[in-house]
Amino acid sequence: MAKFTKMFSDPLERKIALNQLKNILVTFVKVAILVGVGYVIVSPLIGMIVSSVASSEDIYNPMMYVLPQHPGTDKYELVLKRLDYFKTIGADLLYTCSLTVIQLFVCSMVGYGFARFNFRFKSLLFACVVVMIVVPSYTIMLSLRLTFQQFDPFGLMTLINGKSLNMMGTVTPMYIMTLLGCGVKSGLYIYIFNQFFRGLPKEIEEAAFVDGAGVWYTYFRIMLLNAMPSVITVTVFSIVWQFNDTFYANLFMISEKVVISKKISTLASVIANQDKILNVTFQKQYTNAGIILVIMPIILIYVVLQKQFIEGVERSGIVG
Amino acid sequence: MDSLKQLKKPKEPGSKKEKKSLTLLQKRSMTGYLFILPWLVGFLIFYVRGLIQTIEFTFCNLTINPAAGGYTLTPVGFDNYIYAFRVHAQFKQTLVSSIGNMLVDVPLIIFFSLFMAMLLNKDFPGRSIVRAIFFLPVILNSNAIQAAIELSSTMMNGGVATQATEMAQSAGSANVAFSMDYLIDMFVNLGIPASLLDYVTAAVERINDIIKASGVQIVLFIAALQSIPSSLYEVAKIEGATGYETFWKVTFPMVMPHIITNVVYTIVDSFTQSDVLDLAYNTTLTELNYGLGSVFSLISTVITCVILVVVVGFIQKRTFYYN
Repeated sequence: MAKFTKMFSDPLERKIALNQLKNILVTFVKVAILVGVGYVIVSPLIGMIVSSVASSEDIYNPMMYVLPQHPGTDKYELVLKRLDYFKTIGADLLYTCSLTVIQLFVCSMVGYGFARFNFRFKSLLFACVVVMIVVPSYTIMLSLRLTFQQFDPFGLMTLINGKSLNMMGTVTPMYIMTLLGCGVKSGLYIYIFNQFFRGLPKEIEEAAFVDGAGVWYTYFRIMLLNAMPSVITVTVFSIVWQFNDTFYANLFMISEKVVISKKISTLASVIANQDKILNVTFQKQYTNAGIILVIMPIILIYVVLQKQFIEGVERSGIVG
Repeated sequence: MDSLKQLKKPKEPGSKKEKKSLTLLQKRSMTGYLFILPWLVGFLIFYVRGLIQTIEFTFCNLTINPAAGGYTLTPVGFDNYIYAFRVHAQFKQTLVSSIGNMLVDVPLIIFFSLFMAMLLNKDFPGRSIVRAIFFLPVILNSNAIQAAIELSSTMMNGGVATQATEMAQSAGSANVAFSMDYLIDMFVNLGIPASLLDYVTAAVERINDIIKASGVQIVLFIAALQSIPSSLYEVAKIEGATGYETFWKVTFPMVMPHIITNVVYTIVDSFTQSDVLDLAYNTTLTELNYGLGSVFSLISTVITCVILVVVVGFIQKRTFYYN
């Protein structure tokens, strides 16, 4: 009690107490905001998990909230079968990861070229990289579709086969585009690498040069290893965006057997036709189970790389 | 690379052929071209050719005949443009509403993500988990998955028997609408302009979309905040600046250059997900009206580029560069 009276009488004590109160309030508001926004982000995920494990009794029970009374994995078992999950996800991850590796090599190379060499029209060409970031691929989609539907570089295909090659339905167009530095968001990755390489000290390369290393050796064995933060940033972005990409997958009509996110959109109708589950509420449960299965590997990859990723972004010069 | 030139020089008067070969600088510029060669080829083939073709298609009627191995173009002049603006039922409305949404969303996303980045920048227990959660929307942001999530978002509230959900939904929305109306009335009575209130209520209604769209931006802003030298904050503290002053005099000017990066990213991102591009996509690849679809995508791209240039120019004038 004496403490309290002292607190109110002594101005210094009062100030300290008020400050503490203010700090507690500020922390409380911060935590409230973080928890609130976090809840908005996570709630659909929780909702999906709940609905995918709930049994049909639970789903019609108005008393059920978040925790189902009779959880079961029967939805997952059927979805695993209908999605042909392990085969498809394996093919998709192979496709995604191989494209990511290509992206890494091509984009880091181009970024390095822009960062370290002087040639004519350099600033103009770099402006073209920015144009690539800004112009959405929607603008050139028809041209891309036609190019690969009647693939005929310099009349070579006509010369060999007598007619142009139709690449629709295969993954080749995506590989060709990524190899030529025009894959999913390649412009952004080139920009990231360029910014990072520009920030590295030139002395490293000069030392390598004096020691007799060639340009390519320097690039592969020294610069690329130094660019680890950028490499991780680009890896995470590239895996996530490539895996989620449906635009190119639809444009090139890439088969469902390779792109699992296309398969998920038809899952409900597959379940309805093959298993005669016509109740829309149940169909939704199966779709939810499918979505959880599909995003699982990506979330796992992100959780593994998460720490390096955030630190990598901080040091990769992505912010200019 | 001056030091490199000096290193190489003593070798040059070796043989006579050396004179004809390139100087080191030229060699390096050749290597530079070699490094960017893959991208250059791709850019010319896909982007330059693609843009030229798109412009060409807008003035033509395009029919694809795979049997003949190709497509035929019938020039129609400005017909496609005239059709798009005078006859087509949705294009103009969709274009205007997409641009309007974009202009409303971009400042909201930028300020929201800057705010969240400042919260996440401080060290607190469980920070890495929270950061991971804030990046989740980027992972979940696939068209197919997003559509499915929206369907199932009602699953959260209690029993999902259709009737029960509907009842709960209508009751819930009525409740929310009531309290919102009450609040809005109060603010109108206080004399706050209605247009500002409309903006704020629209922002609150879209908080879900805004959170979803700001995953990458938050990460970028965290990185930007990390790059501010801590000595500046020390000085501000010694000079007796309050937190509010520190924000406007130190933090904000220092992240200003990164705001440009973020604004560009946000505008491009929200444009790529806008309705007008969906319309262009459907017109081209579902209705197979190639000329019209090209007109849609070309016009919206041009408008977005103009907006980008104007906005970036506007911000750049007010930007303070530390280095």
